[in-house]
Amino acid sequence: MPTRSETNEKAATLRALFEAQGAAVVEPPILQPAGTLLDLYGEDIRARAYVTSDALRGEQMLRPDFTVPVVQMHMAHGAEPARYTYAGEVFRRQEQDPERANEYMQVGYEVFDRTDPAAADAEVFALIGEALAGVRVEAVTGDIGILMAAVQGLETTAARKAALMRHIWRPRRFRALLERYAGRSEVPPTRAALLAGQAKSDAPLIGMRSEAEIAARIEALRADAEAEPISAQRVDLIEALLEVRETMPNALSRLHDLAVDMPEIGTAVARVAEREAALAARGVATESLLFETSYGRTSMEYYDGFVFGFRVEGRPDLPEVATGGRYDALTLRLGDGAEIPAVGGVMRPGLMLELEAAQ
Amino acid sequence: MMLKLGVPSKGRLMEKTFDWFGQRGVQLQRTGSEREYAGRVDGIDNVNLILLSAGEIPRELAAGRIHLGVTGTDLVQEKLALWDQLVEPLAELNFGHADLILAVPQAWIDVDTLDDLDAAAAAFRARHGFRMRIATKYHRLVREFLRQHGVADYALVDSQGATEGTVANETAEAIADITSSGETLRANHLKVLSDGLILQSQATLWRSRTAEIDKEARATLNALNEKLFS
Repeated sequence: MPTRSETNEKAATLRALFEAQGAAVVEPPILQPAGTLLDLYGEDIRARAYVTSDALRGEQMLRPDFTVPVVQMHMAHGAEPARYTYAGEVFRRQEQDPERANEYMQVGYEVFDRTDPAAADAEVFALIGEALAGVRVEAVTGDIGILMAAVQGLETTAARKAALMRHIWRPRRFRALLERYAGRSEVPPTRAALLAGQAKSDAPLIGMRSEAEIAARIEALRADAEAEPISAQRVDLIEALLEVRETMPNALSRLHDLAVDMPEIGTAVARVAEREAALAARGVATESLLFETSYGRTSMEYYDGFVFGFRVEGRPDLPEVATGGRYDALTLRLGDGAEIPAVGGVMRPGLMLELEAAQ
Repeated sequence: MMLKLGVPSKGRLMEKTFDWFGQRGVQLQRTGSEREYAGRVDGIDNVNLILLSAGEIPRELAAGRIHLGVTGTDLVQEKLALWDQLVEPLAELNFGHADLILAVPQAWIDVDTLDDLDAAAAAFRARHGFRMRIATKYHRLVREFLRQHGVADYALVDSQGATEGTVANETAEAIADITSSGETLRANHLKVLSDGLILQSQATLWRSRTAEIDKEARATLNALNEKLFS
């Protein structure tokens, strides 16, 4: 295991690489306000944040990552375009595996630039890839925007689309919802009874959820029961889309084929193609680069476009050495009306040292 | 080295544990005053009885400070990460049955499954501006269960006692707690979700995988095994 000072030194070296690219060094505080920021993380990180409180400032958390505080800082008073880099500890509870660190060093690079998103994606990916040159890793890319476009393009009710969008990051529930909206799963008997007006209770209503909320949900369920099912063909197309796991050129040709039947994903697929060209222009070997439509769905809730990770070959037990992605919507949520396309990534210098030592 | 056996220090759990061992020819008893947690063992030599709160037994087993211990499956799985690498279940003792369940107000006629709970949580958050609160002391088990089933927009709030009352007191909208008969739930106007069974628990005799054991203690363990399981 590398010592803390070795890890700090490695982190400083990596951060200097990004500084050399013109990135400004930022140092967000370790204690962050938990109330609003915590909601922006996916369940995985949110559940694992160390939250504490004090009488003056309310709920505070030990920063579980840098991206959200950096976005908040940029949206509050950053000039654009901007490039930032940082190095510091992040804190996440580990409740399943005592081998995983609950405090570890991250080095990151974030780009806020509206001129050429594909080039910005390629820049972040390529710089991180170059910094990882000494470690044997396998890169994976994906794009959350493709599945989002497929959902938005469904011919169905707004409520169903909203429910599917909400569960993009929870594959199991997403699939269950899709099957239900297609009329391919059985209606639970209690739901049938409710819709038939046979569910009742003599118990007094307790708690904060009101009679009106219960009535509104029953109304929504009635409306949903009357909606046309999503066609089986559409559901199969989405499932085929989620199964795309290929090298970049093969994945693109598969996506282009699927876009014939799903024209709504056309724009998102075109973005993947532009990104491939931008990556190739930066010297990335795209012909062997992996693309998975489902990549990033279980862990990275604020990413809404390009996503990538560098995993250690043959070591699924280890966390990824670097991850990142595009988070345009996050800038809108923190921007108080303003927004800017943004992409970034983080690396783990401690893990890099361990791997370098093992090689 | 004596073989160290940890058992619950009070209540029905202690009495039932004493009965279970007694039926197998090993007499456990508390000694000294009501407040003193000392005990003695008859029917077998070289066993040191240690009386502990049931909630502390998982940690003592994991740390290897006791060789054997009696406590519930729920407490072992909640308190120990990678519990199956730290302890081995030797026998289910067939008492202390309890289910860890998710329950919501009976008056929520629109909520019967996890799917309903998830949808209700989304609507609740939109209406109230905060996540639906689930009161529990089993944070790890509940979080893992909800994650596996893809339920979102909830927040766990800590409740170390009288959890069934939290909904009426408006400090939570739903609860996840241990129930044996369901009577307390009904009395508090709550119902169990039809797919809301998180874990079935009962009192279990565990062996620590981490405790150091010498020849003498191992011989005692073998003799005890012989008495208990033959």
